[in-house]
Amino acid sequence: MNVQVEPAKLTPKDFASDQEVRWCPGCGDYAILKAMHKALADMGAKLENTVFVSGIGCSSRFPYYMATYGFHTIHGRAPAVATGLKLARPELDVWVVTGDGDALSIGGNHLFHVLRRNVDVNILLFNNEIYGLTKGQYSPTSRIGQKSPSTPMGSVDSPAEACTFALGCNARFVARGIDIQAKELGELFARARAHKGASFVEIIQNCIVYNDGTFSNFTDKDVAAEMQLHVKHGQPMLYGKAKNKGLRLNTKTLQIETVVVGENGVTAEDILVHDEKNRVLAGLLASLRPPQYPEILGVIYCDPAPSYEAQVVAQTAQARAKGPGDIDKLMRAGNTWSVT
Amino acid sequence: MNVQNVPKSELDAIVVRFAGDSGDGVQLLGSQFAQETALAGNSLATFPDFPAEIRAPTGTTYGVSAFQINFGSRVVKTAGDQPDVLVALNPAALMVNYKGLRKGGLIILDSGAFKDKEIKRAGFTVDPRTDGTLKEFRVLELDISAQALEVAKPFGVSQKEALRTKNLWTLGLVSWMYDRELNSTNEYVARKFGADDPVGQANLAALKAGHAYGETHEISGDVSPVQMPAVQFEPGTYRLVSGAEALSWGLVAGAQLAGLEAVLASYPITPSSPILHILAKLKQFGITTFQAEDEIAACCAALGASYGGKLGITASSGPGIALKTEAIGLGIGTELPLVVVNTQRAGPSTGLPTKTEQSDLFLSVWGRNADAPIPVVASRSPGDCYEVAIEAVRLATKYMTPVMLLSDGYIANAAEPWKIPSIKDTAPFPVAFHTETEGFHPFLRDDKTLARVWAVPGTPGLMHRIGGIERDYNSGNISYDAANHQKMTDTRAAKINNIANDIPEQGVEAGELKGKLAVVGWGSTFGPINRAVHNMRAKGFDVSHIHIRHIWPLPRNLESLLKSFDKVLVAEMNNGQMLTLLKSQYLVDAKGLLKVSGQPLKIDEVESAIRSQLGAP
Repeated sequence: MNVQVEPAKLTPKDFASDQEVRWCPGCGDYAILKAMHKALADMGAKLENTVFVSGIGCSSRFPYYMATYGFHTIHGRAPAVATGLKLARPELDVWVVTGDGDALSIGGNHLFHVLRRNVDVNILLFNNEIYGLTKGQYSPTSRIGQKSPSTPMGSVDSPAEACTFALGCNARFVARGIDIQAKELGELFARARAHKGASFVEIIQNCIVYNDGTFSNFTDKDVAAEMQLHVKHGQPMLYGKAKNKGLRLNTKTLQIETVVVGENGVTAEDILVHDEKNRVLAGLLASLRPPQYPEILGVIYCDPAPSYEAQVVAQTAQARAKGPGDIDKLMRAGNTWSVT
Repeated sequence: MNVQNVPKSELDAIVVRFAGDSGDGVQLLGSQFAQETALAGNSLATFPDFPAEIRAPTGTTYGVSAFQINFGSRVVKTAGDQPDVLVALNPAALMVNYKGLRKGGLIILDSGAFKDKEIKRAGFTVDPRTDGTLKEFRVLELDISAQALEVAKPFGVSQKEALRTKNLWTLGLVSWMYDRELNSTNEYVARKFGADDPVGQANLAALKAGHAYGETHEISGDVSPVQMPAVQFEPGTYRLVSGAEALSWGLVAGAQLAGLEAVLASYPITPSSPILHILAKLKQFGITTFQAEDEIAACCAALGASYGGKLGITASSGPGIALKTEAIGLGIGTELPLVVVNTQRAGPSTGLPTKTEQSDLFLSVWGRNADAPIPVVASRSPGDCYEVAIEAVRLATKYMTPVMLLSDGYIANAAEPWKIPSIKDTAPFPVAFHTETEGFHPFLRDDKTLARVWAVPGTPGLMHRIGGIERDYNSGNISYDAANHQKMTDTRAAKINNIANDIPEQGVEAGELKGKLAVVGWGSTFGPINRAVHNMRAKGFDVSHIHIRHIWPLPRNLESLLKSFDKVLVAEMNNGQMLTLLKSQYLVDAKGLLKVSGQPLKIDEVESAIRSQLGAP
């Protein structure tokens, strides 16, 4: 039975469906699911007004485990289904759950268009840099040299970078988080939901079976502080245990450098301050990847613009201002003649 | 020379074909002449026949655009087998079209366009006016180009703009020949250009000059004006309607009868795009249109809208429908309403984008992965699209299923006089969304229709998940159970098969319910088959016309009806798809009259096939 009875104050548990979760034990998806249950409860979301739409892949099973409305669609097409849903029902809170293969390979075109149109949906891209559900082929985000059943000698094609792609599509909200960082993920979900227009959140997710440890050079506990930079709007981009490492812009090369405050004449004033509305900065930040740079996490870019469906609704209202359509009248407009 | 444009005895109907370069404005010329003819009370059918290239190189045969109209004082059912009159605005238009003209027919040609270079470019080695090429026809040469230039120049328009008024000049002349009023064209030109625009004024002057030329100049006596009495149509208000218009309006009416707003999601494709253009202007009717990034997204967005509780519609043509098939399968699996409009064109692949064909029947009925049945309905003429579109919406919403609505390139672009219906003539079929939480699951079914409940997001207490993975019959949850898959497959098939009990029984359009020969057709072959069967019956042949609107499921009495005839002939514009369908369903020994030339079936072709089937000489 799918019937869910809604109590007065919803808890994270209320957002969990009665279906048994079927991801592999230890999969990063469990942590993301849990973070979502809690985040929606914290935000006071309503079960009946929340819809999860997904494509195909491990991540796309997500809707089955939510006690909200859910639509598990076809490979790569969730953004298109979600766009139609938002056009029909702009008031609904629509989330798209997708993976690196679903969103950036077979569904690359739809991701591009949902972002550039700025449809008010929240897109969560679980990036594990591998095809899990089809048993371990390399994905469009796999790094060069990735060995897999389809690339036994290592992949040779250059990977896509999810946040850079999203910015290139003119996304107005781009963020990145890590599966196991529940608190930060919850904050990103809240920001994404509050953002009107398309929000894009890349979630670094570990595939324990086919690509285990691929992100450990920045997610492992012992290196996390030195290899992660959690950016916050208006704050200097500092990281490291001692918070003395930072990012500086080399104005001659237009590249970002990692520096240490207090070394080689670097002062606190040299450190870049994060500005969510600065698209150029966002582009630079999105492209920084370990091991040369720390992984940039948090809201990389947020600069709202009118959403697609809001403008469509406005045009409909404008057309309707002259009154609702009368089909009999419409068919009799123009040149007609009577036979008696 | 005394050139009468048709023998008096044949004046109950006449076929005129206008042809020229793609840039000559032939489609406008033809459609305005059709409008004038409709307002004069004649019955008519049109056939716009244009190239896929927007502006092919000037003067080439592949750049020729044509518009054929058959009009008469009796009911006209096709655009005509053979033109009686050909208006050729350049040598290439003559080259492409003169062989199709009836022997003894009239050719009016623009001699100003017959310069050596143009004649060679059209592929004539010698000027066809001088070497006997046209000896079987009557030829009226007029320097239309010079006439148009002379009239238009004083308005201060460019040489190019002045020359482009030659379509209006020609329209004026032909309007004079058939005693047509110019009011509707005058209004059209004024509306298009604005009253003060010099180009508009030049065009109006050309129109008037062409008419005056016929009235007062040299050709008086050569081509005498023809009176074409009005047809006695049944009482009502009429208009000219194209298939794309009637189909769009039928979708609007269908949505209103269902009590739903609609979302049309489409990707531009010839010849389907007019539906998107028409509906984009109808936002006040609760129609939202969405030009998607591709065909797949269009179908997915339409399905997303249906999931959200609106009527999802997607419209395309063959290649686009092929791309949509996976999403249609999702609609079948999740049992959501969806109207898929397929304005068929010649294929495979890109094929002939502007030419008509009926070759997507297999694609519609069987063209999906797995066992994935859907209802398929087909319109038979421009006006019929209205009713068939309403029927598609009714089936989609009542049975919670994607429905394929078939039109074709000929129907979409052709126009016919149409007795304008009222939405009040059709009984409403309002949709009731499910709201009861007690005992709810998303695949609760109506005992009679087997349709599942439509529970839309936003409804408290009915939260549920659906998707492409097989659903448990008793809960809707995902299920990999073998017996359940069998049961769900059987249920999906039974639901669609059961629609046969909710559609009219098959009758005949002409003739008796049994006899020697039944000619079976579907879609736009209605006109030629019907006319041919009537003609042959008048000559004493025992032949009937069966026209199938519901392609799938087929009407429940069709088998017994077909078997009441000694012979069955299926006439269609494909390589035998309905023929195969009927044979496979009923083991009936049918024969085919099959044509895939990109051109509509001709009455004469059907008559010959009837003769041949009945062993007549």
